[in-house]
Order: sequence, then C-alpha cells, then structure tokens
Amino acid sequence: MATYSTNEFKSGLKIILDGDPYTIVENEFVKPGKGQAFNRVKVRNLKTGRVVERTFKSGDTVEAADVVEVEMQYLYNDGEHWYFMDQQSFEQLSANAGTVGDNAKWLKEQAVCQLTLWNGLPLSVSPPNFVTMTIIETDPGVRGDTSSGGGKPATLETGAIVRVPLFVQTGEVIKVDTRTGDYVSRVKE
Amino acid sequence: MSVSDADGSGQDWRPAAGLDVLRLRAQVLATLRAFFAARSVLEVDTPALSSAAVTDLHLDSFATAYAGGPVFYLHTSPELPMKRLLAAGSGCIYQIAKVFRNGETGRLHNPEFSLLEWYRLGFDLERLMAEVADLVMLVLGDRLPLQAPEYLSYGALFQRALGLDPHTATVAALTACAATHGLRAPPGMPQDDPNPWLDLLLSHCLEPRLGQGRLSFVYDYPAAQAALARIRPDHPPVAERFELYLDGIELANGFQELTDAAEQRRRFERDNRLRAARQLPLLPVDERFLAALEFGLPDCAGVALGLDRLVMMAAGKTCVQDVLSFPLERA
Repeated sequence: MATYSTNEFKSGLKIILDGDPYTIVENEFVKPGKGQAFNRVKVRNLKTGRVVERTFKSGDTVEAADVVEVEMQYLYNDGEHWYFMDQQSFEQLSANAGTVGDNAKWLKEQAVCQLTLWNGLPLSVSPPNFVTMTIIETDPGVRGDTSSGGGKPATLETGAIVRVPLFVQTGEVIKVDTRTGDYVSRVKE
Repeated sequence: MSVSDADGSGQDWRPAAGLDVLRLRAQVLATLRAFFAARSVLEVDTPALSSAAVTDLHLDSFATAYAGGPVFYLHTSPELPMKRLLAAGSGCIYQIAKVFRNGETGRLHNPEFSLLEWYRLGFDLERLMAEVADLVMLVLGDRLPLQAPEYLSYGALFQRALGLDPHTATVAALTACAATHGLRAPPGMPQDDPNPWLDLLLSHCLEPRLGQGRLSFVYDYPAAQAALARIRPDHPPVAERFELYLDGIELANGFQELTDAAEQRRRFERDNRLRAARQLPLLPVDERFLAALEFGLPDCAGVALGLDRLVMMAAGKTCVQDVLSFPLERA
C-alpha cells in the first residue's frame, strides 16, 4: 500500500480517507510554540466534489489514492454507459450515467475528454472546454434584431440547451464554453 | 505550499524576497542591535553544529557526520550553549542565529530560520515580557500601530474561549470540546496524554483569535509543557513560560529558566523515555550543558523570537518565504 507522509502534502495530492479518494486543495502546517505539530488540510472528495477540513498529526502517513488524469476519446453511449477509447493503446472503458452526470450533454462523438480514473475506473469525465455543435432547434429570430440584451434558447445535437443571440438559426454550428454553458460564437463549416 | 515550482532547471534563481524587503530586514537587524547595545546586552555567537541534540519530542534535528565520523546535530535553538556562557559569567547576552528544524515547512515555517534569542539576569517573566513588547513595538513602529499589550494566563485563555480548565481537563473532555468546535480528531491522537489535545485546541481554536491589534502574551503553561522553564509549585503547578502572539501568529517563547541540574537531567531522560515509547530516535543528552547548570546558572529569564516572522509583519507580508532571500524551495 503506497502512502504519503504529511511532509509530502501539497495541493493536488490524491489520498484515501474513509475509503474514498480525495484530492488535497489546501495544506497548512500549524505548530503551537512548543508541542504537537499538525497539518490542517482542505480536501475534495473526488466522488462527490464536497470539500471538507481534516487535521493530521504532522509526520503521520496517509494512504495514497491511485488516481490519474487521462485523455480519452468519446465513442458513443447506449443510454446506460458512455464508452471512451485511449487513442494510443486503443483500449476502451466505459463510464456509467452517474459518473458522466450532467456533462453527458456536452459529449459529442470523437471529442477528446479528460477522465479521472481511480484504480483504473472512471471517477469523473470532463468534456473539452469548448465544443462546436449544430443547432437542431431554435425559434426563428426577428431578422435585423441584434440587440445585445436579447437571446433565445437553442437545442443542440446532443440535447443541450444554451442561450444564443436572436440572429442564430437552426442548422447553424456554434461554439460553446462547457464550463459555463455559454454561447461563444458561430462557426463557419 | 509551493512558492516556486522547482524543476531543477534553475529558472527560479532569483530571491523570493523583494530587494525592498531585504533592505527592511537589514534595517530591522540594525534596530535590534542598537536596542541591545543601549541596554548593555552583549551579542554572542555559538556554534550551529553540536555533539548533543535537543530531546524535545516535537523537534527534529538535522544530523550530519563530521568527516564521516562522529555525528553532529544542527541546533534547533542556541539555548544550551548560551546558558553555558551565562554560567561562565557572560552577563546578559543575545544572539541572532540561524537555526534548523527538520520537517517544518509551511506559510509560517522554513526549516532554516532566524531566531533572536536573549537572556536577562535577575529578570522575572513580567519584566521580560515588557522588554519583548518594547522591542517588537519598536520594530513594527508606525508600520503596524498597536494598542497596549494584553496578558492572559493559559488557564484563563481556555476558560474564557472554550469553557474548560486546561490544567485538569481529561482527554475525554478535550475530545468533546474539539467536537463541539467542529474539529474532527486527527487519527492516532493519544488517549492517555491531554497535551496533544491542548495543542490541537490551542492551534486551531485559540491562536487565530490572539494578538488582534495588540500583542497578546499567554503565560503559566501546564507543567507538562515546561520544556526548559521553571515550574512554580502552585495548585495546580504551572510552567513559568510565556508565548507572544500577534495577528494569530506565535512570535516568541520565553522561560523563567530552570537552574536545577538534577531536575533538568530528569526532564531530558523523561523525553528520551517518551521518544523510545514512540519509536523516535534517542538523542545524546548535553552533558556539558548539565555540567554548566551544576556549576551554577544565574537566576535569569530568556526568550526566543522568530525573526523572519517579525520581519514578515513589518513588511506586511503573510508568509515567511516572502521575506527570505532563498527559502528551502530555492536554497
């Protein structure tokens, strides 16, 4: 079992606490004038995303979590599982709906995604920061109306709904920021 | 903590502290030397390498070997040789020393750091605390205007903020108190020793509130935390020791110095027994220091002050790495 000493603590380090994988967000070494030193850390649960505070006696060791970030290409889904492929080894793995979560709506076939794997199994899937998608449905806007305050909902090919300017029409391809869900621009095919 | 991303390329060759801060640091040193010169306190210099090491359970000395032979330890403070000077008749002395503590890195810690340590013959703690306050307020001056210092006993501090008596509280009571304050007990906390629990509560719940806009002196520590301080046989007995805080940060630690050689030897030996129990390395007791105590250490009070932290505060910085030319990551 691999372990880390508190001396190795730094943000980004992946550890196991109560059986769950966590990443260290913040690490503070605290020591009263004389006496026991502590490492006071903020850690994020990689399964739930929740951030909690923990304290360790300095010098103690904590189990290391085998967590890696990998880039994989999204292939397809069958409604239950989403399938990804390592572009070097061509190995495939699947993530279930719970793991993919809300990000499913940003996954377009062949997109290169960031997967966090724990013991080889996906913990989370992050889509590319920017995706380009075709609008399959949106109300026809009033021609000539380019007022900035406006906007209308548009449904994309994956089912995602984003607000777009009034002049953007069904069938057009747009660029979207997946971190915010915001429309960025039209894309010329 | 990652002040620089050391990748071995040498790209981080520049000092971590700005040149303005390094100039301020030099100014602070000049102020301190003038302060002690005016009070006829003699500047001394003692070796960083020592054949003996401090037995304190919570201090980890760097060890090195002379020419592949005998082991020498880098001092964690110049306390023992300075007391040998006092026993030899030096009179009041001070030292600005680089000291070394293994495994201590963080926003307020660099494993190599500067201590200002001084000893005053015939002073009691009250008088020494007043002198520490004078010195700190002189250095910070109008950079950080402060109200008059406050003085709190360790017992009153816990009583007031947490509603418990630290001198009598059981481990169970301390554990419950930590839980009440949203503190999850760190794994592996001892169930037979209240002191680490007191340290936990002090560092997490109490220290951050100390020294707000003024110097806070905390005094009369639990006897088990006496280190090299005299114990006053009150009910309960307390260690004649103080800590100074400013802005939630510990700045100095002072003792009414223990002069009883037999008692000092018992404490060193107890430390080593506890070290053995915790599978920590046993350390050679400083026999020359004990011999000096036997010869006679004059009645005195002494204090060690974290110089980098003081400069950090004078410079308005929030981490010591910002006031060091080359902290560990760039050393």
